[in-house]
This record gives sequence, structure tokens and C-alpha cells, in this order.
Amino acid sequence: MTLEKLERMAQRERQRQEKFERRIFCCISTACLSAGAGQTINALQEAVDACHCKENDVEVVQTGCMGLCSRGPLVRVEDKSAETLIYADVDVDLSQQIISKHVPMRKLTDESIPEEMQELRENLKKARRRKRLEKHILGMDSPFFAKQEKIVLRNVGHLDPEKIEDYLAHGGYSALRHVLQNMTAEEVCDEILRSGLRGRGGGGYPTGLKWKSMHQEESETKFVVVNGDEGDPGAYMDRTMMEDNPHQVLEGMIIAAYAVGASYGYFYIRGEYPIAVDRIRRAIRTAHRNGILGKNVLGTDFNFDAAVRIGAGAFVCGEETALIHSVEGKRGMPRMRPPYPSTSGLWGKPTIVNNVETMANVPPIINRGADWYANIGTEQSKGTKVFALAGQLTNTGLIEVPMGISLREIVYDIGDDVPGDAEFKAAQTGGPSGGCIPHEHLDTPVDYENLSKLGSIMGSGGLVIIDSTTSMPEFARFFMDFCVDESCGKCVPCRVGTIQIRILLDKIIAGSGEPEDLNKLEDLCHIVKDTSLCGLGQSAPNPVLSTLKFFLDEYIALIPAQEPA
Amino acid sequence: MKTSSGSPTNKKQVKSEGHPSGDDRFKALDRTMKRFNFEKDSLLEVLHDTQEIFGFLSDDLLIYISTHLRVPLSQVYGVATFYHFFTFEPLGKHNCIICRGTACHVKGSDVITQALSEEFAVPIGKTTEDGLFSLTTARCIGSCGLAPVAVLNGAVHGKQTPQSMITLVKDVLEQETEVLEQGEAG
Repeated sequence: MTLEKLERMAQRERQRQEKFERRIFCCISTACLSAGAGQTINALQEAVDACHCKENDVEVVQTGCMGLCSRGPLVRVEDKSAETLIYADVDVDLSQQIISKHVPMRKLTDESIPEEMQELRENLKKARRRKRLEKHILGMDSPFFAKQEKIVLRNVGHLDPEKIEDYLAHGGYSALRHVLQNMTAEEVCDEILRSGLRGRGGGGYPTGLKWKSMHQEESETKFVVVNGDEGDPGAYMDRTMMEDNPHQVLEGMIIAAYAVGASYGYFYIRGEYPIAVDRIRRAIRTAHRNGILGKNVLGTDFNFDAAVRIGAGAFVCGEETALIHSVEGKRGMPRMRPPYPSTSGLWGKPTIVNNVETMANVPPIINRGADWYANIGTEQSKGTKVFALAGQLTNTGLIEVPMGISLREIVYDIGDDVPGDAEFKAAQTGGPSGGCIPHEHLDTPVDYENLSKLGSIMGSGGLVIIDSTTSMPEFARFFMDFCVDESCGKCVPCRVGTIQIRILLDKIIAGSGEPEDLNKLEDLCHIVKDTSLCGLGQSAPNPVLSTLKFFLDEYIALIPAQEPA
Repeated sequence: MKTSSGSPTNKKQVKSEGHPSGDDRFKALDRTMKRFNFEKDSLLEVLHDTQEIFGFLSDDLLIYISTHLRVPLSQVYGVATFYHFFTFEPLGKHNCIICRGTACHVKGSDVITQALSEEFAVPIGKTTEDGLFSLTTARCIGSCGLAPVAVLNGAVHGKQTPQSMITLVKDVLEQETEVLEQGEAG
């Protein structure tokens, strides 16, 4: 019953969309909104209305991120009889030009048109003569788009995130249906294991193994938690995913729950992301209404329900045991592992915690098969990775690239180099837990192993480019400041060590450092790294260690020459 | 063992009679706690809603929550102070948040914060004496493609400079004084 209903919904929405001669998509994600996408989409709609088109001629659709956030608001025009075009920096004036170029205006007798619309029609006719439009077209074959491979973000920017019908029309929930009808829980775990998918939150633990060990736990109550506590400053992959295609994350979560035998799940979302919270809540409600959540999911005997928990600004809550405490309404402090959450998690019950991006990878893997997925990427790291490309680059935004692509391609092809006279200095991955990669290592393939060899980490996907105007010791201090603030205070090495590292950095940057301070700094970093309780402390020294390794001369230059005795 | 559905609720519950002060906002808070069945686990959610209703968490509110959820006050205080999101002082009428995420940092968000602090004589993280303007910072608001970013009264402004931010804030504050003057004149 439910299945037929969903199939009908998908069918109807597909037919509805196919009727339109052309569809105009306007990005309304946070970045584009702050660049004025609100006015843009209104202007597009008004202009379309003024054209008095025939029925089913044109539709204006609000959609999610198209990637090139630095050139927002972005508008994509899909025309049945012409090539698809993306326009950048679309303001009100430009929206009128776009409509006047792409949408035929229907002739009407003057009496039937209200006066203000008459004016707009005149404007549109004039707009056609202006020649500003060409400069704003982004070529789909430009390296920014051509070098990307979209699996997770495939439908982001193509559908209306608030409509379940749109997700269904794009093949949504077909993976869940396939899993529930044709696969046992064990087969799902095996499929994910075979695909080689690894945790996208930064740890890189094989997702299939995690699920398998949880599947084998004998307990009546098990939980699934989706980690959307994206605390890395400079990263917004999970936010985009939750805001722009919430149902794909939810579908991944339900499949995970089926595979591990969980009956209840939580989305743990950063409090700073109100739109993400709202969209996920909405997705849960509509899924409920359509029999995708709740008792007898899709008419089978599998029961699963989900709720949202809002984080409150603590970086350490990205660590799974701390996150679990926070969901329980406590201070988000980590604890020793083992026992791992898959044995004893939420309220002492087996719990798996997976990152948003990990969950979003699950439906495509089920739909297209583990072998297909395992063909993408490198030996150890399969699939793609979404990065939030930011900092001193011409093109900044959200990108998805196959594992194993070189940093050089990301910086120079996709990012189109550092703007102005400044020069590329380093790429910082992994945020406060990662490190800086200098120019000479730009040809390193981006995967879990190679990045950690360089003293950095894959992290959740923040990728910040620094140019020659940034001082590396100061940059390291910026991250150390962050870790001092965010250390939860439970274990001594992290609580005290990070402060001591910062004091040393302060001293060196102020120009009163002594030569042995650099050795002290390095020793201290290793102590904090080796003896801290959780991932936050263990990785907090990474920014300092990696800058000491690759940019030692900048530290030395800050230390005054010793006067001869 | 507690589960989300079977967590111990407080059976002898204080009836929702609101607060003795007669402040209606407490009724909204009561509704929130009721929605969660007065479960102890809902503390974080309740704190979120409280801050949304009242704007900040006063001592009085923490005591009220502690009594109704039957969670020790020390624990309520411990949880509330652990998380950066909660604030214990009322914010100004107009609020400016400067993002200091990594992307904004390398594009000079520090300079913007410093400039605003000097121009409007307000320490970072504080409110002006007339209660009109607060200047705060955020870890990252996730609009890194538009760095440096600021949020003024809820609206996100990307690619800012110290001068452009000062102008934006000045405009907002000038409207405020105009309203005041009109009020006095009328």
C-alpha cells in the first residue's frame, strides 16, 4: 500500500516536472541567501509572471547549493531545447535579463494587464538589449565543474529540499525499498563493507565493520545517531547536506538502523544551524506521514523512528562518547574507550554514531552496488570526499572530488589559484585537528593515508587555502586558541597542555622566544598528542607540529639572535 | 537502564501554574517541559527553548528548571555553563556576530571585530551601556565561501570590510536614535 503510494507520488512529480518547457533553479542556501538570493528568486518569479507564459511553460524552483558559493546567487536554467546554463552573481537586474533571454513573452491586449506589470514588461523588453549577461555564464566544462565527481551531492542543487516528492522523483527511498525487500541485515553490512566506505567525520574507520560489530550485539534496544555537530571552523559540508537534501541523510540513517537492528535514532545537529534543524525535522515529519518512518516502515515489519537533538556549541561533542553524553542531556565530555559505543552507548545500549556525509553515501552505494563504489578512489580510500573549499582562492565553495585527486588539481584547477599578487603558501585540512601542507607536497593524492603521513588528517572536509600574507606561527596560535577554548577539561594533558603550548607560542610570536623554546614546544606537543584522553587532545597539537615541520624558518625568524656571552 | 521512551519521569509533577510573578513566558517554558514529559534527559532541549523564550539564562530560570525537571541545580548549572551557546547576560537590542572561523580568520575577521569594538566603544562579547548594541563572535557560522562573514540582527553579510561593517551598524543604530527622537518630539 505504502509502496504504491510512494511510487505514485514519484510518478506524478516526474510527470509534472517533465511538462515544463524550462525550469529555472535558484540557489537559496545560506551562502547565496546572504548574497541576496531572496531578492533574486522574487525577481525571477515576478518577471516570469509578467511574461504571462502559457501553462507549463516555465517554473521557478528554489533549490540547494550548486557549489560555487563565492559567486552567489547562482541561477541555473534548464531548457528542453537548449543547453543548460549556470549564471553567477545574479542580482535583480540580471534576473530580468535572464528571463527576457530565456522566456518568451506572450502578447496580450493592454487592458488585461495591471499597470505595475505593464512597467515590468517594458523593463524586460529593454533588458533584452543589454549585453551584460555573457560575462555571468559559468561554463559547465570549466575545471571547477569538470574535475568534480558528485555522488553525495548529486541531487543537491537539483531538487527542492522541502519537498519529499522531488526526492522521490529523483529515485529517493529506492535504496531503502530494495534493502527492506531483498536484503537481510547482514547482507547490508557486507555490502557496505565491500564498498570500502570509511567514516567521513575524520576518523576513517570502515563503516561496514562498525555496523557489523553492532549487528552482532545482542540487545533489544539499539540506537543510531547521526553526527551533524560540524564543529570544525571553516567547514560546512554536513550543513549543506542536511539543508539541501535532508531525505538522503534520513534514508541512509534508516538503512543503517535496519542493518544494525536499531529501532530509534537521533540526529545531533549544531545549534548554530537553525535551517538544518528545521529541514531535518520537516523531513522526519513528512517521512512519518508517508509510512517511511514509524511502525512498519514501508509496510514491512521493521519499526524505526527518529528525533532531533540540538547541540549547543561544543567542539568536543563531535567525539562520539561526548556526543552521546550530550544527547543524554549531560555535559558533553568524552570517556575512555573501550567499551565502544557499539557495545555500550546511549543509556548503556549499543549505539552507532555515523557522520552526516557517511550516511548520505549509503543510498547511492545500495542503488549502484558496492563494486561500482569500490572502483572510485584509491586502494585504501574509496569513493569521493566533499570539501568546503575556502580561504584565499578565486573559487571558493562546496566541492566533491574522487579520493586520490591531487591537492594541486584542487587548488589550481578547481580553485583557480590564489587571487591577486599573493602566492599560495599552504593548504590546511582537518581544521584544528589537522595540519598545513606546503607547496612542495601539492602533488600528494588526497586520501586518509597520505594526508596523515604528512602530519595532517582528512578531517571532516574543511580545506582552507592560505597565501603568503599569513604568518604560520600566528595561524598555529589561532588553532591553539580554539583548542584551549574547546578543551572540556576532563584530562590534564589537554586542559593544561594546550594552555602551555599557547603561552609558548605567545612568547615566540612576541619576539621574546629563546632557541630552546622550539624544542620545548615540540616536546610538549608530543606529550599532549600521546597522552590525551580523546581525539580532541590527541590531535590538538597537529597544527603546531605540522607548521614546525614545514615552516620552521618562520619560527626561527621570530627568535631574536643571541648576544654573544 | 534508561531509554528514550522509558526514562524515569517525575510522577508527582508540579502542576503547570506558571510562575508566581505572573510572567506569561513561563507558561511557554512549562509547555516545553511538558512536551518532554519532564524527562531529566531533556535538560539540554529545555535550556535551548528557555534561552529562545527569555533571551538568556538567569539564575532564577536555572532554579525553576531544576525544580521542575528534578535535576540538581549544580547539574543544571554545570550543563548550562559547559556549552558556549548559552548566555547568562541579556544581549543588546541589536546584535552583531562576527564569525571567526578559519576561513574568516585568514581573510581578516579580527580586524573587523577590533574596528567595531573601537568605533562603538564596546568590549568584544559585551553590550553597550545603553543596552542598544552587542558585539559577539562565533566559532563558525558555516558560510565560509563568503568570508569574512558577519551576522547583524539575524541577517548574514558576506565579504565584509571593517568600513562596510561600521557603516551597516551605524545605519541600524541611527534608525534607533531617529525613533527615539520622534518619540520625544511626539
